[in-house]
Amino acid sequence: MGDYLRPRGLDEALQALTRPFTVLAGGTDFYPARVGRAVTEDLLDIAGIATLRGISETSAGWRVGATTTWSELVEADLPPMFDGLKQAAREVGGRQIQNTGTIAGNICNASPAADGVPALLALDAEVELARRDGARRLPLASFITGVRTTARQPGELVVALHVRRPRGEARSAFLKLGARRYLVISIAMASTLIEVEDGKVKAARVAVGACSPVAQRLPALEHALVGATIDADLGERVALSHLAPLSPIDDVRGSAGYRSEVALVLLRRLLSKVAA
Amino acid sequence: MKLEFTLNGSTASWDGAPVTRLATALRDDLGLTGTKIGCDAGDCGACTVLLDGRQVCSCLVAMGQVAGRSVETVESLSTEGEVLAALQQSFLDHGAAQCGICTPGMLMAALELVRRNSKPSRAEVEDFLGGVLCRCTGYGKIVDAVMDVVAPAPATAPAAGEAVGSRIVRVDGPAKVTGRDVFGADGIPADALWIRVVRSPHARARFELGDLEPLRRRLAAVLTAADVPSNGYGIYPDIKDQPVLADGQVRYRGEAVVALVGERVDVLAIRDDEVPITWRPEPPLFGVDAARAEDAPRVQADRPGNLLLKGGVKRGDPAAAFDTCAAVAEGTFETAFVEHAYIEPEAGWARRVGDRIEIHATTQTPYMDRDEIANLMRLTPEAVRIVPTACGGGFGGKLDLSVQPLIAIAAWTLGRPVALVYTRPESMAASTKRHPARVKARFGCDADGKLLACDVTALFDTGAYASWGPTVANRVPVHAMGPYAIPNVRTWGEAFFTNGPPAGAFRGFGVPQAAIAHEAMLDELADKLGIDRLEFRHRNALRAGDTTATGQTLAHSAGLAQCLDALRPHWRKAHEEFAAFNESGGERRRGVGIGCMWYGIGNTSMSNPSRMRVGLSPGGTLTLYSGALDIGQGSNTIMLQIAADAVGLPAEQFDLVTGDTDLTADAGKTSASRQTFVSGKAAEKAGQDLRQQILRLANAGPDAVLSLDGATLSVRDGAEVRTIDLATAGPLMGEGTFDPPTTPLDADGQGVPYATYAFAAQLAEVEVDVELGTVKVLRIVAAHDVGRAINPTLVEGQIQGGVAQGLGLALMEEYLPGRTENLHDYLIPTVGDVPEIECLLIEDREPLGPSGAKGIGEPALVPTAPAILGAVHHATGVRVRRVPLLPHRLREAIVALERNRA
Repeated sequence: MGDYLRPRGLDEALQALTRPFTVLAGGTDFYPARVGRAVTEDLLDIAGIATLRGISETSAGWRVGATTTWSELVEADLPPMFDGLKQAAREVGGRQIQNTGTIAGNICNASPAADGVPALLALDAEVELARRDGARRLPLASFITGVRTTARQPGELVVALHVRRPRGEARSAFLKLGARRYLVISIAMASTLIEVEDGKVKAARVAVGACSPVAQRLPALEHALVGATIDADLGERVALSHLAPLSPIDDVRGSAGYRSEVALVLLRRLLSKVAA
Repeated sequence: MKLEFTLNGSTASWDGAPVTRLATALRDDLGLTGTKIGCDAGDCGACTVLLDGRQVCSCLVAMGQVAGRSVETVESLSTEGEVLAALQQSFLDHGAAQCGICTPGMLMAALELVRRNSKPSRAEVEDFLGGVLCRCTGYGKIVDAVMDVVAPAPATAPAAGEAVGSRIVRVDGPAKVTGRDVFGADGIPADALWIRVVRSPHARARFELGDLEPLRRRLAAVLTAADVPSNGYGIYPDIKDQPVLADGQVRYRGEAVVALVGERVDVLAIRDDEVPITWRPEPPLFGVDAARAEDAPRVQADRPGNLLLKGGVKRGDPAAAFDTCAAVAEGTFETAFVEHAYIEPEAGWARRVGDRIEIHATTQTPYMDRDEIANLMRLTPEAVRIVPTACGGGFGGKLDLSVQPLIAIAAWTLGRPVALVYTRPESMAASTKRHPARVKARFGCDADGKLLACDVTALFDTGAYASWGPTVANRVPVHAMGPYAIPNVRTWGEAFFTNGPPAGAFRGFGVPQAAIAHEAMLDELADKLGIDRLEFRHRNALRAGDTTATGQTLAHSAGLAQCLDALRPHWRKAHEEFAAFNESGGERRRGVGIGCMWYGIGNTSMSNPSRMRVGLSPGGTLTLYSGALDIGQGSNTIMLQIAADAVGLPAEQFDLVTGDTDLTADAGKTSASRQTFVSGKAAEKAGQDLRQQILRLANAGPDAVLSLDGATLSVRDGAEVRTIDLATAGPLMGEGTFDPPTTPLDADGQGVPYATYAFAAQLAEVEVDVELGTVKVLRIVAAHDVGRAINPTLVEGQIQGGVAQGLGLALMEEYLPGRTENLHDYLIPTVGDVPEIECLLIEDREPLGPSGAKGIGEPALVPTAPAILGAVHHATGVRVRRVPLLPHRLREAIVALERNRA
């Protein structure tokens, strides 16, 4: 039986992390990986640290605390640019998972099929990491480095995600494809955020999940969307060549070729949806 | 760590490791076993409780996180003796609980919603229940129960003689909606030792065990093959091919090798790699082609060619008849291993009582368990007592032994109670599956659309051990031509051993796989001749007076044509609506399909008697002693309704004793859709026997009216009333047995394999997203000839639950050893996947059955997949040859079809 620390303050948590701990928050990835066996590792339970929880508006934008749950996010009063993330939140597991699973847990677990990641990429979220003697921020795209691997160093803790406030109007959306309605691991998913000016796309960010080891932004598509009129035809701007950053695989949920094809379909529908 | 929290409104203190799961603490330390554990991974929602008013999976919450917070469990909804909470009452009234294992989780998930909104919409209910899986109900009655929570319909309590046909609340319902029902893992004594089984990671390997002494010193026992007195079991008396613990050789991934017995914490702490096993993996045989290959190694040493069994039915001259056909269709269809996915994993405990062993476990078949355990342990059957717990879903998967041999052997040897509860991955890896099938079919008809000939060959992958393989291989040839009158028939079945998981009994015994083939053939022939698909089936439907391919003349109760008549208006309306819908183009296309089936009730050409007793004690207690196990389908209630009317006293006056092999007679297994028909008939006879005894005592005529008040039984015969003082009349016991009349099948499959058949036709409406290849089932209309619906609510529950499993078979379920051994990679339908299911009950009475009743359990599932696949074809033109029809498979087929058309 290992140690179990449940600090109330961040300093205490960071002090503890000077030696190895497995970090526990919502438990929704932790326990499923330990079915039918004794838990022996040392645990740092960060769910009791009040400052890590909740969403607040800052001078630059929004700070989403690491242990904010999906349900808290959905119920938060946030501008339309968060709609995509909220739509993703409603597709994470079932209600039970949404009520306990945390946003930082989703990115730290670093599953290729993490439902929160494409929407957070579309938001251009930054990850704030703290350690005993400092802190750093890095873009989410740099934080997740591969299947189940991140840039988090020993001694570091993800404390928040940060989203910058756009200068003008911004909208977002998310679409997920799974083989059943609830409690389903994505076959493919896509999210976008577009900044709007005079009825045209001023800037766009688009990301696709479950079609590569880490969800990917699609820069060529983002570029192609700039200047486009925002109407039902926005989806027509998507071309197969835009999917070059993706590298889908065959698995029990779908074939690689299928994933490429449906990524395209989802993107078209997503852009039509966000334009509507 | 010591902590305090609010549990169901009161302060609770708890002490233990803070990483302990809330679900475990509730069940093991706080005595609240109403919260069930189905997966320990957040995949099934059975353990749902409210934490600070919000639903959570209690298997994913660390006790360290619970301190100072509020936890509400199913036990908070009502306490013993109190009026049931509105939600529980609504669940009871709607028949929303079947086996009851998901019910506590469903109730708590629903509670979070109805506290916010007491009149929720269907969409809201689905969103809130989306995280709780149910394998029995098909969800419809659960959704209705939540939507109607403020105004539940009053329950009915029928008078004497009016129980049959009434929608009485299931007799075991209150225990299920309060969480008080005791399932396999719920009643384990505190001092029980635990078993953890070490299983093979290889599908085919030889192995040697190293020195087990160090482990034995840490534990109470380490069991190996050498500890099993007679190490072979199996369904058939002459095929005991499956070892309890493998002996130097494993034949499938998940096979049990070593059993660690000790304190629970100790056996869980030992990792598999601490157990000295030297593996020598060999290339596994997967699939029937590998098994049939000329140089294939034998899975079982005594089975040349890896063949388990072959056989068929032959009637007329199909080869000649095909030459005269105006239209011929042919195709080959493939299905996958399918997992039962009952939400209750296998569980139980055993203790030695003197020279007897007593086993409390979840099962579908107490008497087969008793005899099998006696055989394995070299005891007499009388030395074994099976006390079945509540069964949290079976569907055929709990007909085979699971935990029973190991807990029995360990408890016998150690003289202490011993428990074993499978984990979800263990349940999925170790247990039996639906047989993968390759069905090659050829059907032909004349120019008027009358079927003339069929030729079906079905090859089954029976996995590593025989289990129920022979039953599948026998049943399928009888059913493979479908519920149609065809004069020239050849059907053939073969089952092969492979290194897949043992394929056993799963709701339908191979008939669902065959139905996918014969219904596709019917569609294709109808299309070729330009005849409506429903009318084509109607034209060929077996009717009373027709002779089947086995030469059996159906004297009565063959209601397929009536089922089709009932579907016709829905069918025509759907065609009209969908034609309009599809006209508008777009990526979504709708289609309607139809599936028909017939299903022989009970064992195939084999005796399967049932014996029931109804007792009236000197104190006036009226008791039905039923060995028929209720695995959620409702047989406890059905038997009681039948017996009550046979005696002539109200059902609510009956007590029920069920399952225990010391207290009840052998009513056979809960399988083959036989309990209503076979055990129901025995219950009817037992009730009639008791009634006759009473009438003789009162010297009253057959129409006398009985009433029971305490120990006084009144018999009113015309104007005259006689009273019997039961205290002096002594105990009365009525007994009834029934064994459906069948005959053996000859070499050509000729004979009477079943005494009666259920018939059904289902209609499926689907919407296909042709760009994504996804299928959404919009609606199912299910018309079933059940002979007589003893309890229409329970019959509808069986139909809706069967449809949901048929939908899973068609669209999402595929068990792949090592890859889909959990409930997030292996998908079963959620509340959002099962559509509205309208049930149309056709009652073409079967004179042999109780009040004319037949069976419904398996028939409910059989036509669904064919109907869905027919609808997909109608929507897209794609004829599906392989299930499950995962989105990528359908999309690939659509692309191929478009390419061919171009």
